Amino acid sequence: MSGAPSVLYDAPGPKARRRSLVLSVVVVVAFLAIAAWVVLRLRSTGQFAPDRWAPLFWPGDEQFVQVWGRIGTGVRYTLQAAALAILFSLVLGTALTTLRLLLGRYARLPVVLLAEVLRGAPVVLLIFFASRVLPQFGVDLSQLWYLVIGLTAYNFVVIGEILRAGVAALPNGQREAGLAIGLTRQQTVLLIQLPQAFRLMLPALISQLVVIVKDTSLAALVLTGPQELLRTGRQLTQFFNNPLQTYLLVALLFIIINSLLGRLATYTEKRLSQARSAGKQEPEGDITETRTDTDVEADAAATPGDTDADTSTTQGRPQP
Amino acid sequence: MEVLVDNFDLFVRGFLGSLEIIVYALVGSLVLGTILAMMRVSPVPPLRRFGSGYVSIIRNSPLTIMLFFTAFVLPELGFNAPFFWLGVLGLTLYTAAFVCEAVRSGINAVPAGQAEAARSVGLTFGQSLGSVVMPQAIRSVIPPLGSVVIAMMKNSAVVGAFGVGGDLFSVGTRLTSAQGFAALPVLTGVLLGYLAITLPTAAVLSRIEEKVAILR
Repeated sequence: MSGAPSVLYDAPGPKARRRSLVLSVVVVVAFLAIAAWVVLRLRSTGQFAPDRWAPLFWPGDEQFVQVWGRIGTGVRYTLQAAALAILFSLVLGTALTTLRLLLGRYARLPVVLLAEVLRGAPVVLLIFFASRVLPQFGVDLSQLWYLVIGLTAYNFVVIGEILRAGVAALPNGQREAGLAIGLTRQQTVLLIQLPQAFRLMLPALISQLVVIVKDTSLAALVLTGPQELLRTGRQLTQFFNNPLQTYLLVALLFIIINSLLGRLATYTEKRLSQARSAGKQEPEGDITETRTDTDVEADAAATPGDTDADTSTTQGRPQP
Repeated sequence: MEVLVDNFDLFVRGFLGSLEIIVYALVGSLVLGTILAMMRVSPVPPLRRFGSGYVSIIRNSPLTIMLFFTAFVLPELGFNAPFFWLGVLGLTLYTAAFVCEAVRSGINAVPAGQAEAARSVGLTFGQSLGSVVMPQAIRSVIPPLGSVVIAMMKNSAVVGAFGVGGDLFSVGTRLTSAQGFAALPVLTGVLLGYLAITLPTAAVLSRIEEKVAILR
C-alpha cells in the first residue's frame, strides 16, 4: 500500500496532489494538536517526573539493573510458557487432525464435539478452569503449568484446524499417489499429507505463536504466577507508582517479540511461495500463464478459514 | 450440580452482563474499525500511516495490556469513567484493529476492475469506495469479520476477569473464589454460558455467509 498508486484513485494530477497535500497538512496539524494536548495533559498530571522514568529507561539509575533483571526474568517466563504451549499444541493438534482424517464419520463425532467446545471457549476461562479444577482432582502443578495447559487446550484445536486446512489444500493426487504405491491410509496421512500440510501452513503456525505469546499475559489476571512479563510490570507499578511508563515498556517488549515473529511468518511465507513457484516452473516449461494460474489457486486454497475453520487464522494473520 | 440450579438467576444476570459488554464493544469496534480501514486505503499519506501504525501496534500487544492502559492509566490522566466503560473502551480499541484488517482484506478482495470501472465513469474516491467497492467488500468481509466478532465475544471474558463485575466470568470467580463452591460445576456453567453465545453466532454467521456469498 505504501506509495504504490491504488486502483481506488487515479495517479494524482497537479490538482489532486495539491488537495492531497492540503489534506495531509490538515491531518498532520490535527494529530499534532491532539499530541500536544496529550503532552500537556501528561505534564499537568506529572507524568514526566524523572523518577517515574529513570528506573526503567535510564541505565545510570541505581535501580535500573535490578529492574531489568526482573524484566529479563519476565520475558523468560513469557517465552517459556509460550514455547511449552506451542510444543504441546503442535503435538496434540497433529494428533487431532490425524484422528479427524482417519476416523469414520460417526467415530469422529466426539472428537469434533470436543474441538468445537474448546474452540468456542474463552482462553482466559480455560486457564482459570485448569487452575481451579485440576487441583480438585489431585493434580497439583505450578502456576506456569496451569497457564500452559489452558493455552494448549485452546490452541491445539486451532492448530488442528490450520493443519486440516493445509491437508485440504493439497492436491488430491498426493493422497491418491500414496495409496497407489501401497501405503495404508494411516501411512498416507502421516508420511505424505501431514508433512506437506506443515510446510504449507508454516506461516499460519508462526502467526498462531504470536497469539500464544500475547495470551500468556492472561496469567496476570487469573493466576497467582508465574512471574511473566505483565505480572512483573504490575509489581513494578506498585513499587514505583508509574503505570503509564511501566505498561508502555511492557507493551513495547510484547510488540518487539511479536513483530519479530510476524516478520518470521512473512519471511517463511515468501520463501515458501518462491519454492513453490520455482518447483513448478520446470515441469511446465514455458506456459507462463498456466503456471501463474495454478499458483494463484494454491495461494487461495492455502488460506485456512474459508471452509468452516472460522476461528482459525486467516491468511497467516494473528487473530484477536 | 445444584450450585447451577440454586444460582441460576446469578448466571442469567451474568450472561446478560456479558451480552451488554459484547454489544457495546461490537458497535464501537465496527464503527472505529471501518473508519480505520478507510484511513488505510485513503489517498492521504498521514492517515494511511496512522491506520497501519495503529493496527500493527495493537495486533502485536495483548488485550490485557490495553485494558491496563484504559483502566489504570487513563484515570491517572484525569479521564475518569466507571470501570465498566473503561473495560468496554479497552475491548473496543483492541477489536477495532482486527475489524480494520478484516474490512481492508475485504476491500482488497474486490476485483480491481470494479474500482477501475467506477473511476472511469467519473466517480470520486469517496463515491467509488462508498457505492461500488464497499457494498461488494462487505460480502467478502463477512467470513473474516465473523471470526473477529467471535473472538471478541470470547475476549469479553478477559474484560470480566479484569474485574468489571456483573458478567459471566465474574460470576465464576465469585462463586468459586469468594463463596467456595466446587469449581467444576460452576466453571462448566460459565463455559456453557459462553458457548451459548459463540456457537449460535457461528451458526448464524455461516448461514449469512451462504446467503450473501458471491462466487468469484
